[in-house]
Amino acid sequence: METPLTANIKPGRRPPDIKAYRKAGGYRALREAVLKMRPEEVTQTVKDANLKGRGGAGFDAGLKWSFVPMGEEASGPKYVAINADEMEPGTFKDRLLMEGDPHQLIEGAALAAYAIQADVAYIFLRREYHLSARLLRRAIAEAYDSGCLGQGILGSEYSLDMHLHISAGRYMSGEETGMLNAIEGRRANPRAKPPYPQVSGLWGNPTVVNNVETVCNLPHIVNNGADWFRNLSLTAEGGTKIYGASGRVRRPGTWELPMGTPLRELVEEHAGGMQQGYRLRGIIPGGASTEFLTPAHLDVKMDFVSVEAAGSRLGTGTIIVLDDHSCPVGMTLNLEQFFLRESCGWCTPCWGGLQYAVELLTGIEAGAGRMEDLDTLDSLAAMLAPGHTFCALAPGAAEPLGSALRYFREDFERHIRQQRCPWSS
Amino acid sequence: MALIYVENKAYKVEDGQNLLAACLSLGFDIPYFCWHPAMHSVGACRQCAVKQFKDKHDARGKIVMSCMTAAVDGVRISIKDPEAHAFRAAVIEWLMLNHPHDCPVCDEGGECHLQDMTVMTGHTRRRYRSNKRTFRNQDLGPFVSHEMNRCIQCYRCVRFYRDYAGGRDLESFSLRNQVYFGRHESGILESEFSGNLVEICPTGVFTDKSLKQHYARKWDLMTAPSVCVHCGLGCNTIPGERYGTLRRIRNRYNGEVNGYFLCDRGRYGYLFVNSPDRLRQPLQRRSRNAAPEPVSVEAALAKVEKIFSGGGGVVGIGSPRAPLEANYALRRLSGPDRFIAGQSDVDLALSRVARQILSEGPARSCSISEAADADAVFVLGEDLSNFAPRLSLALMQSVRRQPLEGLEGIPLWQDAAVRIALQDQRGPLYLAMPAPTRLDAVATVAYQDSPSGIARLGFAVANRLDRNAPGPETLGRDADSLAAEIAAALVGAKRPLVISGAGLGSEAVMQAAANVARALAGRGQAPGLCLTLPEANSLGAALIGGGGLSRAVKAVETGEAATIVILENDLYRRAEPLLVERLLAAPRVIVLDHLLNPAVERADMALPAATFAESDGTLVSSEGRAQRFFKVMPPGEGVRESWRWIEAMALAAGALESPWGTIDNLIRDMAADIPALAPVGEAAPGEGFRLHGQKIARQPRGYSGRTAMNASVNVREPRPPGDPDSPLAFSMEGFQGRPPAPLIQRYWSPGWNSVQALNKFQDEVGGPLKGGDPGKRLINPAASGGSYSVQFPEPFVRPEGEWLIVPLYHIFGSEELSAFSPPVMELAPAAYVALAPDDAAGLGARAGSLVEVALPGGTLRLPVRLIDSLPEGTAGLPVYLPGLEGIVSPGEFARIRVMKQGQQGLT
Repeated sequence: METPLTANIKPGRRPPDIKAYRKAGGYRALREAVLKMRPEEVTQTVKDANLKGRGGAGFDAGLKWSFVPMGEEASGPKYVAINADEMEPGTFKDRLLMEGDPHQLIEGAALAAYAIQADVAYIFLRREYHLSARLLRRAIAEAYDSGCLGQGILGSEYSLDMHLHISAGRYMSGEETGMLNAIEGRRANPRAKPPYPQVSGLWGNPTVVNNVETVCNLPHIVNNGADWFRNLSLTAEGGTKIYGASGRVRRPGTWELPMGTPLRELVEEHAGGMQQGYRLRGIIPGGASTEFLTPAHLDVKMDFVSVEAAGSRLGTGTIIVLDDHSCPVGMTLNLEQFFLRESCGWCTPCWGGLQYAVELLTGIEAGAGRMEDLDTLDSLAAMLAPGHTFCALAPGAAEPLGSALRYFREDFERHIRQQRCPWSS
Repeated sequence: MALIYVENKAYKVEDGQNLLAACLSLGFDIPYFCWHPAMHSVGACRQCAVKQFKDKHDARGKIVMSCMTAAVDGVRISIKDPEAHAFRAAVIEWLMLNHPHDCPVCDEGGECHLQDMTVMTGHTRRRYRSNKRTFRNQDLGPFVSHEMNRCIQCYRCVRFYRDYAGGRDLESFSLRNQVYFGRHESGILESEFSGNLVEICPTGVFTDKSLKQHYARKWDLMTAPSVCVHCGLGCNTIPGERYGTLRRIRNRYNGEVNGYFLCDRGRYGYLFVNSPDRLRQPLQRRSRNAAPEPVSVEAALAKVEKIFSGGGGVVGIGSPRAPLEANYALRRLSGPDRFIAGQSDVDLALSRVARQILSEGPARSCSISEAADADAVFVLGEDLSNFAPRLSLALMQSVRRQPLEGLEGIPLWQDAAVRIALQDQRGPLYLAMPAPTRLDAVATVAYQDSPSGIARLGFAVANRLDRNAPGPETLGRDADSLAAEIAAALVGAKRPLVISGAGLGSEAVMQAAANVARALAGRGQAPGLCLTLPEANSLGAALIGGGGLSRAVKAVETGEAATIVILENDLYRRAEPLLVERLLAAPRVIVLDHLLNPAVERADMALPAATFAESDGTLVSSEGRAQRFFKVMPPGEGVRESWRWIEAMALAAGALESPWGTIDNLIRDMAADIPALAPVGEAAPGEGFRLHGQKIARQPRGYSGRTAMNASVNVREPRPPGDPDSPLAFSMEGFQGRPPAPLIQRYWSPGWNSVQALNKFQDEVGGPLKGGDPGKRLINPAASGGSYSVQFPEPFVRPEGEWLIVPLYHIFGSEELSAFSPPVMELAPAAYVALAPDDAAGLGARAGSLVEVALPGGTLRLPVRLIDSLPEGTAGLPVYLPGLEGIVSPGEFARIRVMKQGQQGLT
C-alpha cells in the first residue's frame, strides 16, 4: 500500500529539511512543472487525477482552478491561499502533514500557484499550531534560499512569493471567504458567493483557496501521473486520504489509507475497536459539522460520494466516536456551543438560531426541557439549511443537531421525561 | 426590462435590480432589515427570504434571499409560499430572542421598522424561555442615544457610518450573538453625518438625543414639508412639532437633493426655534435712549401704520437667510432702488458672480445627486465638510464611480462584494484648499495653497484644457504637473464636475472654476458646476437683486431715507461695526428677526419674525432650485411671518394697493415683477389645492390629546388655526394619504410606520418620488455660454510682517441660526487663529500661545492652533465662532504678535 503523503513522516523524528526533502525526490515535481509544463497542463493532470478537495466539501480541485481567469489579459496579482486553519473539532490531519513534512506543503502550494499563475501564496495557519508555524517558517526560508520560491523559481521565468499568516484564532477564519477577509485584516465574516474567490478573492483579485492536504497531493500527482493517483484509491475518487479517529477507541490517531477505506476497517482495525467496556453508539464521520452515522453504517466506504449516500458527509475524514457511556444530548450541546461560540454574528439564523438551539439543549440537559422543545429543535435543524444562511457554519451546526435528534430521539425524550440527564450521577 | 413572475403573475421590472428592490417597487411587502435602498444588499439578516422556482412545473422550489437574487428575465418566485413565510417568521423569532421588548419606553416605538416587520411576518407568540444577552451602552455625544440591548445585528449602522459616510469611529466588535456596535470607548461620534444613524437603525439602538429632551411619539407630532436653513444646499426636511415647540428634524427624501441623508447641523440646528433667546413679542423704544419695552402686536401694527403712512424714504435691508417672499415684500416696500441685498460686500459680489456664471453657462449647476454621480471632481477652495456638508457626502460616493464602471461580473447592488472588489480604488477627486479638510481622506490629491494660488491652479487647469483659456504660464512648485494631472482626469471623465463657491471669499477662485467648466464644455464634454453659497437663500437673494450696504449708508446719511427696515439679518455679522453704526444712526430702525441679536437690541422697533417652522416661503438653493417650505406650526401669539409684517408696512406706505392676504398672491406679484422668479409658483401646489375635497392633515390620524392638550388653559376644544397660505391643515382632519411630492408631510403607510414607509412614496425604491422630486430649477444656462474670465491673480506675496486672513469653517459654530442650538454649540470649538508651524515658530508662538491679531475691524486675542501645510503667510480664522462674529473678512491682512507673559491672562 502506497502512502505518498506520509512517506517522509517518521514518528518521533524531526521532519526533513530541504536537503533531505530534495534527496527524497522533493521539488522535482515543481521543477518539472515550471520548466516543462504549461499551467493548463498542470490543471488538466489534476483534473484527470480526480483530486477532490480535502477541506471538507470535496470540490474537484482542478475544476476549481479552471475558473481563474488566465492569460495576459487576466487581472492581477493572483493569489493562492492555503487553508491551514484546521479548527474543525476532531480534526488533526493537516497538522500531521505540516509537522511531518512542511516542504511537501510548500511544494504543493507552489504547484497550485503555478497552475493558476499566482503571484503570491499565503498559508493561513491555525493560531494554536505553534510547531507547524516554526517548521513552516524555517521551510519557507529554506525554499527561498534554494530558489524554490521567490524570483525565477528553479531557473524558470515563474516567480512566487509565499507568506505564512497566523490566524487570530477563530473557526470562522477557516471558512473559505472568512479566511480571505482575515488575511486582508477585516472581520472574518464570510463573503457572498458569487462572486467566487477565483474571480474576486484577496483584495478583489483572483484567488484560489485550497486545503493543506489537497495541495500536498500535487507533487505526487505531477511526479507519477493521474492514472497512478486514481489507482491509489479503492473508489472513483482519486488518491489516498488521511483519516483519523478520536473518542473512546483503543488507538486514536491518523492514518494514510486508500480513499474509500470502509468505516468499519477504520474503527475496528486502525483505531483498534472500542475501549474495554464501551459500546459504539454513533460516529461523526468528518469533523463536527457532519451528520451522525450509527453502527448500522459501518460498511460505508469513506469517500465523498458514499458517505453522502449514507446521509452524512465525508468532511475532513477524521471521525469522532460516541460511546454508550457518554450522553448524546451532552455531546450535541457541546458541539452546538462550539458553533455558537464561533459564529461570526453576521447572519441571523446563525447567531440567533444557534443561540436558541444552545439554550434549549442546555435546558434539556439541565432537566428543564419540555417535549415541545424537541419540535423547536427539529425545526431549527431544518431551518438552518444551506442557502438559508450566509455561509456553511450554521448548516454545519444543524447536521449533528438534526441527526442526533433523529438517531438519539429516545435519549432526548428520557432527559425530558426524567427532568435530568440520565448519564449524570 | 426583465419579466419576472411573482405568485405566477408576470411583471415587467427594470434590469439590473435584485428581487427585493424590484418587488418593493412593484408594491409587494417583503420584510427586510439589512438592505437599504442607498446602501443595497449584503444578505446578513435573511429576513427577505422568498421561494424561488426553476420554472412553472417546479413545485418544490428553494428558499432564496430576495435581496441577494438578481431580478433577471424569467425569475419565478413566491412571497406567500408557506415555507418561505415560516422561515421569515423564524428569522423574526431569532431576532427577537434578545430584544428587550421595551417598546413602551423606547423612543422608536410607533415608528419602528422592527415592530412593523414583526407584525408583517406574523410572529406573535414568544416561546424563548432563557436569558437575553445584555450590553453596556455608550455616551456618543450630544446627538445620538445608544441602547445596544435593542440591537438585532443588521449591520446597517456601520455600513452607513463607515462604508457610506467614511467615518472611522463606529465599529462592529465581538461576534456571535454579542456583536457590539459602538465606539472603542464612550465619546462624541466624529462623523458629521452621525445623526443619520437615527433613521438608518431599524429599531431603537440609535435614537435622536435632542428628541429625548422633549419626547413625543411620531403620531403626536404635527409635521409639514420643510427645507433646511443651515447652509445653501437646501436639503429637504420634515420638522415635527408638539405644544408649540419643535421636537426634531427628519429627512425628507428628495431624490435630486439630499436623498436619504442629512448632516448633523441640518438635523440638530433646529433647536434655535425653541431658544429662550427667541424674540416672541414686539419690542419698542419710546426714544433712542429708552429701554425697549414689549408691546402687543396690535400696538406694534398701529405704530407701523403711523410710521409708514407718514411718508419718507425707506431703506430695506434684505437677507440671504430669509425666503424670497419676505425679501420681495421688503423690496416692494423700499422700492428696488433702496433695496439692499443684506450681505457683506464680499458675499454680495460672490453671489452675483455665481448667479452670472450659472446663468451664462455653458456648464449647468449640478444637483447633489448629480454630484454623487460625477466621475471626476475638482474642488477649488470649498471646505465642503464644513461649508456644504451634504455635498461632501455626495463626493464620497462620486469617487466610487470610475472604479464601479470598471467592475465586471458583480451586480452593483451586491454591496459587500462590490466593496471587496473595489478595495480602496477611488476615482479622481482633486481638492485645492488652504487647509486640510476631512474630505482629504478620499481625495486623489489634496493640494494646499493660498486663495490666489488656488485660483491660479484653476486658471492653469482651464488653460491646459483649452489653450485659449487664459492662465499662468507656470505655477512653480509642483503645481504645474498637478494642473496637467487634473486636466487629464477631467478630460477622461464622462461626467466631470467642478466645485467652488463663496467659502474663501475669492471671486478669482470662483472664476477659475467657471473657466475650467467652460473649457470642458468647449471640448464637447458636459461638465457639472456647483458653486456653494453660505446661506439658505443666498442665490435667491442674488436673483432678487439689491444694492450693497454702502448704498444703504448713503441713503441714510443723505436723508434720502428716514426709516431703515432690516429683515432677518444681524448686520454685525456682515460688516464692520463702524459701518453698522452708521446705518443704525437712521432716524427710525425697524428690525424683524427670530432671535435676540445685537441688531435687534439696537432697533427702535423689533418685530418677532416667524422662523422657517412657523412660516411659508421659498428658498433657492445653490443649485438654483426653488423649494417651498411650509409652516409646521402656527406662529406664536406675538410672532408673525416677516412678509406679513412688511405687508402692513407696505400698505401703510402706499407701496402696496391691496393686501396680498395669502402667500400665493405675493408669489404671483413677485413672479410678474421679477422674471427670473417667474417659475417660483410651480415649486408646490397653491393654497387652493385639495385632495378628495380636503386639505392635507399636518397631524397624523393617531394624534392624541386634541380635546385635552390645552385643557390646563381652556377646557373648550379650540378651533384649529386656519392656514390661508397652504393646502395643509393644522389638524388631524383632512387628507391622510400620500400627497403630491412637494406636500409630503410624513412617511406613513398601512403596515409601514417607520421612515421606511418612504418606499411607498417612490415609483421605484431609491428613485424619484411619485410625480417627480420637488423643487423648481430657476437657473438654466444659456446655450451660448459665457466667455472666459481673463483676470487671473498674481502669485501670493506676503507683505512683510503681515498675514493674509483665510476663513476656516466649522460645521458646528460657523452658521448663525444653528449657533443657538445647544447640542450643536457643544461641539463648536473655541475661537483660535491658525498658523503654519514655521510661521508660528517665527513669531515665537507655539500651539496654545496667546497672540494678538490686529485686523482692520479690530484687534483680537486668540490662542494659536497649528495647522500643518497651511500656506506660509496666511492665518486661518474660524468664521463666526463666538467672539469672531463679523470680524473675519477674507482677503484682509492682519498683524500678529505674541502676547507677553503678563498679558496672557487678559482674554
